[in-house]
Amino acid sequence: MTRQRNPQDSKYRQADWNEPLLFEMSVSGKIAHRLPAVEDEVKSLVGSLDAIIPAAMRRKHSPNLPEISELQVVRHFTRLSQMNFSVSSGIYPLGSCTMKYNPLINEQAALNPGLAWLHPYQDVSTCQGALELMWELEQWLAELSGMDAVTLQPPAGAAGEFTGVMVIRAYHKHVMNEGDQRKEMLIPDAAHGTNPASAAMAGFKIVVLPSSSEGLVDLDALKAASGPQTAGLMLTNPNTIGVFEKDIGEIAGIVHDSGGLLYYDGANLNAIMGISRPGDMGFDVVHMNLHKTFSTPHGGGGPGSGAVGVKEKLTELLPVPRIVKAKDGRFDLNYNLPQSIGKVHGFYGNFGVLVRAYTYICALGREGLRRTSEIAVLNANYIAHHISQIQGFSLPYSPNTPRMHECVISAKNLAEETGVTAMHVAKRLLDLGVHSPTMYFPLIVPEALMIEPTESESKEDLDLLIGAFKQISNEAYSNPDIVKSAPHSTALRDLDEYRAAHPKTLTLSWKMHLKRTAK
Amino acid sequence: MEFKHPYLPVTKEIESEMLNSMGKKSLEDLFGNIPEDYRLKRDLDIPTSKTELEVARRVQELASKNKSADTGRVFLGAGAGIHYIPSVVPALATRSEFLTSYTSYQPEISQGMLQTLFEYQSMMAELLGIAVVNSSMYDMATGLAEAVLMAARVNKKRSRFLVPDTINPVHLQVINTFAEPAGITIEQVGHDQKSMLLDLADLRSKLDNQVAGVYVENPSYLGFIESQVDEMSRVVHDAGSLLVAGVDVLSLGILQPPGDYGSDIVVGEGQYLGSAVSYGGPYLGVFGCRDSMKLIRQLPGRLVGMTRTSNEPYERGFVLTLVPREQHIRREKATSNICSNQALVAVTAAVYTSTLGPEGFRHLGEIIAYRSHYAAKQLNKISGVTAPAFGASFWKEFVVRFEGGVSARMVHESLLKRDLHGGKILTEEYPEFGESMLLCVTELHSKTTIDELVEVVRNVVTNGGGTR
Ligand SMILES: Cc1ncc(COP(=O)(O)O)c(C=O)c1O
Repeated sequence: MTRQRNPQDSKYRQADWNEPLLFEMSVSGKIAHRLPAVEDEVKSLVGSLDAIIPAAMRRKHSPNLPEISELQVVRHFTRLSQMNFSVSSGIYPLGSCTMKYNPLINEQAALNPGLAWLHPYQDVSTCQGALELMWELEQWLAELSGMDAVTLQPPAGAAGEFTGVMVIRAYHKHVMNEGDQRKEMLIPDAAHGTNPASAAMAGFKIVVLPSSSEGLVDLDALKAASGPQTAGLMLTNPNTIGVFEKDIGEIAGIVHDSGGLLYYDGANLNAIMGISRPGDMGFDVVHMNLHKTFSTPHGGGGPGSGAVGVKEKLTELLPVPRIVKAKDGRFDLNYNLPQSIGKVHGFYGNFGVLVRAYTYICALGREGLRRTSEIAVLNANYIAHHISQIQGFSLPYSPNTPRMHECVISAKNLAEETGVTAMHVAKRLLDLGVHSPTMYFPLIVPEALMIEPTESESKEDLDLLIGAFKQISNEAYSNPDIVKSAPHSTALRDLDEYRAAHPKTLTLSWKMHLKRTAK
Repeated sequence: MEFKHPYLPVTKEIESEMLNSMGKKSLEDLFGNIPEDYRLKRDLDIPTSKTELEVARRVQELASKNKSADTGRVFLGAGAGIHYIPSVVPALATRSEFLTSYTSYQPEISQGMLQTLFEYQSMMAELLGIAVVNSSMYDMATGLAEAVLMAARVNKKRSRFLVPDTINPVHLQVINTFAEPAGITIEQVGHDQKSMLLDLADLRSKLDNQVAGVYVENPSYLGFIESQVDEMSRVVHDAGSLLVAGVDVLSLGILQPPGDYGSDIVVGEGQYLGSAVSYGGPYLGVFGCRDSMKLIRQLPGRLVGMTRTSNEPYERGFVLTLVPREQHIRREKATSNICSNQALVAVTAAVYTSTLGPEGFRHLGEIIAYRSHYAAKQLNKISGVTAPAFGASFWKEFVVRFEGGVSARMVHESLLKRDLHGGKILTEEYPEFGESMLLCVTELHSKTTIDELVEVVRNVVTNGGGTR
């Protein structure tokens, strides 16, 4: 198919450099870096390498790594960076991922050598500032979530979930002596995939709760599913369709009465900072995605941080070490917690990410955090209202209830009337200079497009997004092929995913490529 | 007065305009669904908003309470590595388009990130001598825990996993956290007291058709090189178990790659590849396996694959592939719960690895070997000091033992006074070693600094701890 660029498409697009792989640029003998020579005295004392490294363990063939010059390295990765869409390039309304602005002061802070160049096993007297930062961040996150203690160890949201459900497991097992009995974790059908995956890793049987016709927790279903076998309920509030679970008090009552605990997936915390707190709603354990609500960059997929907060009765179960502050104000690490679930990371978590979350909270402060949530909610409702007015799009489940920080739009009517699906809409948005929303999640919404604009987007950008949906709707009803064959203007299109995954053509490294093409 | 903030583009006036457009009167209308009982009726107990300048000052204040390890005077390793970072590495890896994107769900607009991660996977595969590497796990410790779970999925009916008893104790703790709820028992295999190498007889006696996998650490946590890998590989595979190797990626310019001795799954710490030590994170779990669909289908984490456009003229491109293993599709049946990973650290490792090249890796491996052996030899000359305390051979780290009433802590304190930092103290964790510490020597440690360290140790030991 030849490419036709629609004059209405965005003029912005990723660079299309046709950049070769490093391996294809390699010329034997080139170098991009020099290391210092070993001092003669050192060499003469030590003698030959052959004498110190056993011959059987010496590498026999040099690794087939690229040999290129320093400028080639610079150009290569500069070009590859330009072949990407990012928050710095344009609106990125990927629902559930909270793609907000990543303030640059955060980056500068994390690069400060007094923070970046600390070894985790340094004497605590030489890293008091780092411990103070972490301790303060723990206090702030506890206050924000209404919890009594926080661990910063889990390196991502899913790791936070695993940590949290392990804490729940340890509570039933060691505190209540009901470990053998409480084997079931209740999880709504609309929950994020990491929830059931994390609970399964902690050894729980997953019991799926159907959503009510309003898209909320179905109280009857919850009552029927809860019992002496229940370990807990994993929930997010505002929930996955962006609506606040108004019956949260009753939900918590049902779970607690059955002896289970409430787990809060804090991926949606951006909606309620300073407005409402999971701890006050009755949740016992929460995880917070610092790479979402607290602005740390997503880095093309990570790193993140999944800090976990718990109520008083669970603090002894948190991972070791815990940061402690002595009466004299000195900080230390405490490894002596016999009931702890153990360790969930090699050290203390993604410290560099914690530094960024710390500076973000400093910069916004209590009034800024609250205002952040207000605008995040305002923006999401503005989007929900205006996009659901566009022909072909609707806002299923409780259409008259306000959304919180995100909304799930359905393209069901559009699909039925024009054959243009949510996938087509998402791909056409790419032509218009907008990143696609999250698609086909949650499963309870047909042709789902989950949009989370965040507070970072201005009204002008929101209008651009709404305008893009209008244009796509017009195209779908007048000339649907334009949308169905999208994208047209992106750097690359129509990649063969079947070929990518087929065992005969699967190519996960250059080594596999060479092996497969040699045949 | 209206609160204004650089991160918040919606003014009160725009707010009203937006509310009007949707027929709402006030912001309160949007929060009406939150019951009164669950409203926070006070301000958060968090400090008030600071300007950028004030934030920068606060960060500097905190940073100045720490002692940075960028001086080449800190001899700590034990799973976190202090190495030189070429200036091109952070400059390129932190480019905003890499930094502020998320997982490449839309390949049409993410070819740069996808290609970079494919190059990361490919370069790690070359270093490790193995075909497949995923696009990152959180760190080596959790990577190893996932390797244990993966081995038990591949060998479905087996529920035991063997590790050497010289294993990194923190890694052991992390794998225990993950293995226990999965019903996998972790058992330790003994070692030879003098060489520290794995006791092959003990390994043979523990291997049976219940063992899903066996772990080899190379070089080991305690620094020695495990040289019996070929024999181990044979014994482990004869029992139908998988060989899982944990390696130091920086050693692979001079040491045999784990793929060459038949490792089925490989893990390593990728922080060494161009990322600062950063007080323990973010790090990078390098995770790979052999080219076998039986293994690949059980891999945790994201994979980038090379493909082409569906139609002619074909153009090369990259996509996330084999996603049906992952949590967003398979939910509780996924191979792992991992979603966000350490992609930017993998980007960093890709830039670092291409900057060093094959020559750089070999040279770095040699520099480290020379410097660490120089340090050990000089320390060993001191009466009352043994370095290395044991082991036939080592590369970057080694255990040093102090005798004659001198404690490792005394040595540590004396070094601190001289603005040096010794290795990790092992005395409590390994009482059988006596007073000991694990020293790590890298390219950052000049001969002069090593000599200084040796002098301080000599002083302490000679004066029985009375330092001047
Ligand atoms: C609702 C929800 N829960 C959990 C997660 C998992 O977080 P992470 O990707 O940091 O592991 C995500 C994000 O991907 C999410 O959107």
